[in-house]
Amino acid sequence: MIALQGLIKRFGDETILDGIDLSIEQGEIIVVIGPSGTGKSTLLRCMNFLEQPDGGRIQIGDLSVDVTQASRKEILALRRRTAFVFQNYALFANKTALDNVAEGLIVVNGWKKPQARERAGELLERVGLSDKANAYPASLSGGQQQRVGIARAMAAQAEVILFDEPTSSLDPEWVEEVLGVMKQLARERQTMLVVTHEMSFARDVADRVIFMSDGRIVEQGPPSQLFSTPQDERTKSFLRKVLATQAPW
Amino acid sequence: MNALDIDYMLGLMPILLSYLPLTLEMAAAGMVLALILACLMAVVRVLKIPGLNALTLLFISFFRGTPLLVQLFLFYYGLPQLMSALTQINGVTATIMGLTLHFSAYMAESIRAAIVGIDRSQTDAALSIGMTRGQTMRRVVLPQATRVAVPTLMNYFIDMIKATSLAFTLGVTELMGATQKEAAGSFLYFEAFISVALIYWGVVELLAWLQRSLETRLNKAYQR
Repeated sequence: MIALQGLIKRFGDETILDGIDLSIEQGEIIVVIGPSGTGKSTLLRCMNFLEQPDGGRIQIGDLSVDVTQASRKEILALRRRTAFVFQNYALFANKTALDNVAEGLIVVNGWKKPQARERAGELLERVGLSDKANAYPASLSGGQQQRVGIARAMAAQAEVILFDEPTSSLDPEWVEEVLGVMKQLARERQTMLVVTHEMSFARDVADRVIFMSDGRIVEQGPPSQLFSTPQDERTKSFLRKVLATQAPW
Repeated sequence: MNALDIDYMLGLMPILLSYLPLTLEMAAAGMVLALILACLMAVVRVLKIPGLNALTLLFISFFRGTPLLVQLFLFYYGLPQLMSALTQINGVTATIMGLTLHFSAYMAESIRAAIVGIDRSQTDAALSIGMTRGQTMRRVVLPQATRVAVPTLMNYFIDMIKATSLAFTLGVTELMGATQKEAAGSFLYFEAFISVALIYWGVVELLAWLQRSLETRLNKAYQR
């Protein structure tokens, strides 16, 4: 169970997150949509303190912190309960695919190297990259790098995996393979919070779609409801624009 | 014009080479210490640790802003006057100290630039899986920054080897000091100094070759 209460983030005078309340059940798959620059990525980055939020509470599992008083230890604990998939993959360039996945197990969870590498091998197999275990990121395609990124997030055994526009930097030809891996995870009921512009993914996979605008959650609901009968004018206008280029059904 | 006294040079070479170890020892000691100091200062600068950051800036400003020779004289002749414990300081120690402080100031800045140049999102990624800042530095950022910094650092090392010749002004009989003595005895200044120049040049070329093979190895992960 994850709960955000009144989460606030400002950059200078600008309020990026204007009091976000959100609770996520275990196993729930949530897709966040909305215009660019409305704080979707910032929301994810605040949840694991890659950005320091300016107010509110974050609860993940049995750990609940007031963000303005979070200690180093609590921040570390929050990060260990979340995992993150980055838009630009952010693989460790000096490590092979296998070691990218094994790194956290060794350094964070204190696993012995052979066990960690064995587990990393299993995870690479699940994302279909067994044959690339010893390849360095520079030699992998965008789609392959992102699948390694997902395997690295899976290794963390986090309560929730946060996906920050995981397919936005990909050439169209690689998008499907990455979405495929994410759908597989969704079938296994891995709790996921996904920021994406892939409306068909939202329709097929999400339990709940959240529409954000100007740092707030404007409306939310099951994809069938949100896509067919949006209530707010901003949601309608956003969906009109997006669905003109990609139809969700 | 007199002919070059090749026989004298051939006889001189082994004598000069016997002083090469001292030169290399001073350079190696200076390099190791300077690297450690430079890494510490670079991390202080990157993390902007309050207090230490300002101190580091002052240090770098001073040691980059004054000639190495002045710094060496300051340590060797100047400091003992202030601190009696340092009256025992010998030329070799003073040289190593001077080289360390002087070159660490330059190296700190290039290491800092290398660290800052590593894609910020990799740091985010390491933090996101729960690594601490220290672990992130040690395991992700520094190994990659090393690769970026190696060419520049090797240049400083080469510079440092040549700078050890200043130790002769502190009365240390190293490669340069020995050459000076030999030349003064034989009056064959050109032969003596061209010999020592060839030795420095040879050492530097050897290092440049090592640098190339090191870079090839460090670049392994970045081949497409």
